[in-house]
This record gives sequence, structure tokens and C-alpha cells, in this order.
Amino acid sequence: MKKSPLPTRRRLRVVAALLAGCGLAVTSSTQAQSQDAQRLRMRSLASTCAQCHGTDGHAVEGEALIRLAGLPADYTLSQLLAFRTGERKATIMHQITKGYSQDQLESLAKYFATQK
Amino acid sequence: MNDIQFERRQLLQGLMAAGVLGISGCSSLGGGASASKAQVVVVGGGFGGATVSKYIRMLSDYRVDVMMIEPNRTFVSCPMSNLVLGGQRQMADITNDYATLSGKHGVRVVHDRVASVDAAKRSVTLASGGSVAYDKLVIAPGIDMMWDSVQGLREANAAGQILHAWKAGPDTVALRRQLEAMRDGGTYAIVIPEAPYRCPPGPYERASVVAAYFKREKPKSKVLILDANPDVTSKGPLFKKAWAELYKGTLEYRSQHKAVAVDAKTNTVKFDVQDDVKADVLNVLPTMRAGDLAVQTGLANANGRWCHVNFLNFESTAQKHIHVIGDAIQVAAGMPKSGHMANSHAKVTAAAIVAELHGWEINPHPMLTNVCMSFVDDAHVIHVASVHEYVPTQKTFATIGGSGGVSDVRSDLEGRYAQGWARNIWADVLK
Repeated sequence: MKKSPLPTRRRLRVVAALLAGCGLAVTSSTQAQSQDAQRLRMRSLASTCAQCHGTDGHAVEGEALIRLAGLPADYTLSQLLAFRTGERKATIMHQITKGYSQDQLESLAKYFATQK
Repeated sequence: MNDIQFERRQLLQGLMAAGVLGISGCSSLGGGASASKAQVVVVGGGFGGATVSKYIRMLSDYRVDVMMIEPNRTFVSCPMSNLVLGGQRQMADITNDYATLSGKHGVRVVHDRVASVDAAKRSVTLASGGSVAYDKLVIAPGIDMMWDSVQGLREANAAGQILHAWKAGPDTVALRRQLEAMRDGGTYAIVIPEAPYRCPPGPYERASVVAAYFKREKPKSKVLILDANPDVTSKGPLFKKAWAELYKGTLEYRSQHKAVAVDAKTNTVKFDVQDDVKADVLNVLPTMRAGDLAVQTGLANANGRWCHVNFLNFESTAQKHIHVIGDAIQVAAGMPKSGHMANSHAKVTAAAIVAELHGWEINPHPMLTNVCMSFVDDAHVIHVASVHEYVPTQKTFATIGGSGGVSDVRSDLEGRYAQGWARNIWADVLK
């Protein structure tokens, strides 16, 4: 990312001002924006699992790779951690889970649990 | 603002007409139903282009308009296409359509080519005429061949004699026919260029599954791998173990064979140092670079060959508001040119574009995954996997320490996972 002379918060204000300058209202409150921005990041993180386990955990039915959507968060997290420690044998998942922090694995387990 | 001069009906065929026109440089997502929408144009409908189209729609909660321009009517997957050459799969098994991308996700799929990009005006001109304005342009052009790297290859390829079949499609079928027509006792030679090229393990997988086909149906035939690189560039020990155990006497690997010319009359390939090799079926992969459109648009600023990008959002370092993803970019360390990786690039890019159009800070810590599965025979697979994170101090992606790796052994379990991977990633890209 190119270095901006402005700190992030000020840059965001400038962006908002520029949008307003286009004659278009920025309607969301800062708080709602922040929640939406967080949601975007969570969906983005979850998308790193989708190549094998389907978009938002909706894996294609009848294939060997499991569907994550709707699995209880505790179960998913326990399995992810078991892969990471080597307690549960795997072909790939022990290698993949080592790329994610405990916080990330927890948030992923929760995210997929909420997918219908 | 209405830069779309061609037949609207043709453009909008079967698709929602609402919010068609992008308004350059001045878009908001905060307004009501009547507010103008930002317009993103995506060029290319492969693993990168189709994914970024779908994910911009999804991640913006269907508020950002996406037009995807792709000449082909169907999506033919390069991953798994080697199995068509080995006779283990048919073309229908690796072919999908774009119907769900438009029908379910509202991506406006236009089957055309982009003739040129006007970065100053933020518009692209279509080969069929007319132009389309964009707020953000994503170019996912894949690779094109540097034909001059191997003298005589352009002509031999155009004549249909010496194929690369490194873009799945009609050439995949044509190369399969050559293999089927080859006499038992003949030689199939695959010639590999120096890295980087699309799909690092791909040539070795191809050689393996063709060897499996020969062993099964033409046992006197041979597979010869002629590699410009000093050694097998991906999963070397696993491939070599499979070759030693499965294809002794059938498959031979030779490193440091850099092709410089072909002679179509005698089906011979010439090398810079090593002796000429004549084969019954010659499969020559030339040196590769970013797809033509990226080069024409001045985006290939890494030796005129690949495109440097800002890894936070995959924006070109040559042009603002133009993002480049997939095989065409100058990669970070440990980042292969693969369909899975292009799909990963696409998701980081989609999230960054959606954030930027909302005026939100772009995720400062994007992540990428990659898994490349290779068949070594009809059923057994080996993989290489990696997880990558953006490192702000280095402004690039790096593989995360301790993560990733390769298979312990080839296995039919991973063969089933490879099939599942293919079905799931195709759905993630298109459905």
C-alpha cells in the first residue's frame, strides 16, 4: 500500500468527505460501518476455507470433503485444534490449521456454525 | 456517462437491467434503491475472474454491479484436464457453465473480448465495438505464450502438430487424439520451460497420468520429460518415488533441457546444450508471461512479462483503479501460479474493492491459501499446501512459518480429496 501522509482515521474522513463531495450522502453511522467492515473481514477470512469446503462452508454434496456450514462451533473448533496438535491424523488439515491463530480458528468455528 | 454504445438488449440478455451504468469516479453504496451503483468490470472468466465477480457481488450484499467479459461460453478447468489426456476423465467432467454466476449472483456475463483499456477515461473497448465505463477494473488474463522462446513453435502449433494444451479446451482434446493415435512403442515427450510458468506440478502430473495410460493400453511406449529446470520444480521427491515405483522403463526424466527450437518436419526438439530429441508426440510448453491484454495495457511492469501489484488489494503498480489477479502477476515468494491461488487472490481483491467503495479501511492482514493436488496414476494423489499472510513491513505475502507442506505418501484417499477439491472449487468459483 502506498504510504499516505494522513493517518488512517483522517484518511477515512477524507474519503467520506470526497464521497459527500460527489453529492452522495454517506448514510451509515460510524458504528454500523465498523460492524459491516468487521463482517466483511470475517467473511473474507472464511473464504480461505471455501476452495475445499464450499462457499460459506456449503460443500458440494457427495464428496469426501466435509460441509462446515451448520456444524456446532465447539465441535469444529475441537477438530481444528486436534488437527493442529496432530492429535487427529490428517493428510492436509494439520498443515493448513498451523497457518491460523487460535483466535482465527475460534472465529471460523463460530462463523460456520451460523451458516444455514 | 452512457458509454455503452452497443445493443443494450444484447448486453443485458437474461439479466437484471437495474443499475446498469457505472458512474466513473463518483459512486456511493450508502443511498437508497435509486442510488447509482458502483460498476466493476472484470476481464476474464477463469479461476480468478469468475471468483472475483461472484465475491464482489456477494461481499457487497449484491449492491456493486459487476460485468464480467469472457469470450468463452463455458468454463473448462485446467486443473483435472491432465486426466482427460490420460483417459481417466472426459471433457464433460471438467466443463462448467456461467449460468449460475449470472442467474444466482447477478454478474452480467458478456461473451466478448476486450480490445483495449483506456485507464485515463476508465473505460474498456470491446472487440465487437462499444465501450464500458468502470469505477474499478479487474484484469484476470491468465497466461499467454512467448512463442519466440522456441523457434518454429508458433507455426508448428498453428498447424496443430506440436501443441502445448496448457489452456484446457480444444487443444486438450487434440492432444488426447494424438496420444490415442500414437503407435504402441512410440514416445511422448513433454518439454517444460524454466519456472515461473502456470501450474508448477502440472507437467509432472501430465507425464505421470500419460504414463499410466501407456502402461495400461500401450505398454511398449515411453514418456520422456525434458525439463529446462535443474530439477523437478514441485513435489520432486514424491513424483520421483512414484515414477521409480510405477513407471520404471516407461517414464524417463531429464533435467536441464532448455528447448530453443522445434523442427516440425521431423518432430524434433532442439536444446541449448543437450542433443536433439525426436518424439512421436511432442508436447512443448513455451516460456510463459501475463496474458496479452495485461501486456498491451502496460501492466506487465516486471520485465515486460508479469504484473507487479500492491498485495493488499492487488491493484496494479502501473495504473490506479486496475487490479490484476491470478497467473499474470509477479508472485510473492512461495506463491504458485495456480487456479487455487488465483481464487485466493480474487477473494482478497473482492474484499478490498468492496471496502474501498464503502470508504472502509482495507483489511491490513489478508490471507491466502493454496492446495495443488496432482494425480500420479489413475487414483493416487500427492499434494502441496500453503497458507500465506500479508506482512506489512515487507509489503508482500509470505508463507506462515510451520504451516503447509506436502503429502507423506501418495494415496487414493487424497485421490478422493482431489476430486472433492475440484468439485468444491468449481462451485466456489461459479455457483
